[in-house]
Amino acid sequence: MTSVPFEHALALAGVLFALGLVGVLARRNIIFMLMSIEIMLNAAGVAFVVAGSMWEKPDGQVLFIFILTMAAAEVSVGLALVLSLYHRFKTLDADAASTMKG
Amino acid sequence: MTAIFYISAVVAIVATAMVITRRNAVHALLYLIVSLLAAAVVFFTLGAPFVAALEVIVYAGAIMVLFIFVIMMLNLGQHTVAQESRWLTPGIWVGPSLLGTILLVEVILICSRSAGSVTGQVQVSPSEVGISLFSTYLVAVELASMLLLAGLVGAYHLGRRLKSGPAEEDPS
Repeated sequence: MTSVPFEHALALAGVLFALGLVGVLARRNIIFMLMSIEIMLNAAGVAFVVAGSMWEKPDGQVLFIFILTMAAAEVSVGLALVLSLYHRFKTLDADAASTMKG
Repeated sequence: MTAIFYISAVVAIVATAMVITRRNAVHALLYLIVSLLAAAVVFFTLGAPFVAALEVIVYAGAIMVLFIFVIMMLNLGQHTVAQESRWLTPGIWVGPSLLGTILLVEVILICSRSAGSVTGQVQVSPSEVGISLFSTYLVAVELASMLLLAGLVGAYHLGRRLKSGPAEEDPS
C-alpha cells in the first residue's frame, strides 16, 4: 500500500482555504460569505487532521473537534445576524450595513 | 487508498469551486455538502475514522441544516438570483483570485520543503481520541462548552430582537 505524500495532503488544505478566501473577498451576499468562512474553517481542520495523521497522534483529531465546536457556535450566531440584517435592511447585501449608526 | 485520496481531494476542490461561483444559494449549499462529504472520505483514507464520522454528522448534517433553515426562512426567490448575476461580474473575481493564488503558491512552496508521508496505515482509534480529549485537553473541553453556551445565548438574543422587530415597526 503506497502512501500519500505529506505535502499533497497539506496542499489540499491550502487549496480549500484559498478557495474559501476568494469566496469571502469576491461575494457580496452575506450567506455566501458565511459559507466561505465554513470552507476556510473546514480547510484548517483538514490541515490539523493531516498533521495528526502524519505523526500518528490523536491531537490533530482533538483539535478538529474543537474547530467543529467553534464552527457550530460561529454559524449559529452568524445566521442569527443574517436574519437580523435581512429583517432590518430587507437585503442580503453585506454593504447595506456599512454604517455604525445604532 | 492513495487513489481514493486523490479522487476525493479533486471532488472536494471542484465542489468548493462550484460553491463560491454559484448564484443560487441552495445550489451552493448542496455543493458545499458534497465538498464536506469528500473531505470526510479524505479523513477516512488518512486513518482518522472518528473525525470522518464527525464531519458527516456535525458538519454535513447539523451545520448545513442550520443553513437550509435560514435560507428557507428568508424565502429567497428568483429575484435574488438575478441580483447575484448583477453583483457577480467577471471582473470582480480578478483581484481576489490573484491574491488567493499568490497566498496558495506561497503555502505550497513552504509545505513542499517538508519530508514525510501520511500512510493512513495506522488508524488513530476513537478511544485514543477520547482519552486524549478528556485528559490532556480537559480544560479546552470546558472552554468549548462555555463557547457553545455563549453561542446559544448570543443566537437567542439576536433572534429575540428579530421577533420584537415587526411589533416595533407595525405602529409606524
